[in-house]
Amino acid sequence: MDDDLIIGGEKFSSRLIMGTGGAPSLEVLDQALVASGTELTTVAMRRLDPSSRGSVLDVLRARGIKVLPNTAGCFTAGEAVLTARLAREALETDWVKLEVISDERTLLPDPIETFDAAERLVADGFVVLPYIGDDPALARRLEQAGCAAVMPLGAPIGSGLGIRNPHNIELIVEAAGVPVILDAGIGTASDAALAMELGCDAVLLATAVTRAQRPDLMAEAMRLAVRAGRAARQAGRIPRRRYAEASSPMHP
Amino acid sequence: MNVIINGAAHELPSGATVAQAVQKLTEAVSGVAVALNDEVVSRGAWSSTTLSEADRVEVLTAVQGG
Repeated sequence: MDDDLIIGGEKFSSRLIMGTGGAPSLEVLDQALVASGTELTTVAMRRLDPSSRGSVLDVLRARGIKVLPNTAGCFTAGEAVLTARLAREALETDWVKLEVISDERTLLPDPIETFDAAERLVADGFVVLPYIGDDPALARRLEQAGCAAVMPLGAPIGSGLGIRNPHNIELIVEAAGVPVILDAGIGTASDAALAMELGCDAVLLATAVTRAQRPDLMAEAMRLAVRAGRAARQAGRIPRRRYAEASSPMHP
Repeated sequence: MNVIINGAAHELPSGATVAQAVQKLTEAVSGVAVALNDEVVSRGAWSSTTLSEADRVEVLTAVQGG
């Protein structure tokens, strides 16, 4: 049965989107990406360093993985719009993971700057995937503004704290007409499975894999967790009950 | 004339172009984007866009992240 993820009219058979930050080497990253089965992976834009050897782009190209540039490191809408335009020029894609952070300690997304940038980028023809807090009202406003998906966090970037407010994630999912991608905070496979059980359409993670002791094995765990969580969501879980409900006949 | 390329001062002949500024850092033309004073200069315009004294040129590429 086909169960494709569709973002901006484009189909993906994997619902695991990977980031590339934190990997100790391009070789380790390559093995992790293969094990994850991902078809869409983020990169950041930075000043070209003439001394650096090898490129994350070569890894993604060789594996046929679509590149999703982000605007990580931007604090204002203006910076994010310029970074997105540079990424479009360098990478020949009009897709952008919009990320506008409010401070370096929490790396939490700034909702005002993010919304401002999203409106400008949509008007400029971008396929915009905004990283946001777990805020159902903001998610809805960004969808109305023309974003192709919304990416609420589970917990701060790199924290591995999992999904701190599952109720809000469910509220976002219930109201959304675009894909909901759980982004940030995933620490281990059960977090990724929970995101999918809550009804998210996909999961984006990086640190949980790239800084694991065995990145390729964790990547495989995440691949399986996303599939398991998706299947469980579609299967429909049983209601939670206060007391037991016998699964065997009670009297011999 | 002096031009700031990725935050560092470089001496370029007067009338130098964005393309010459990029060549200070790399021979690559794909996977690279340029902003001149915070405005994107598309690749097709690199060799026809001339620089002025104290211009700020940013040359960016994709790195691991996100």
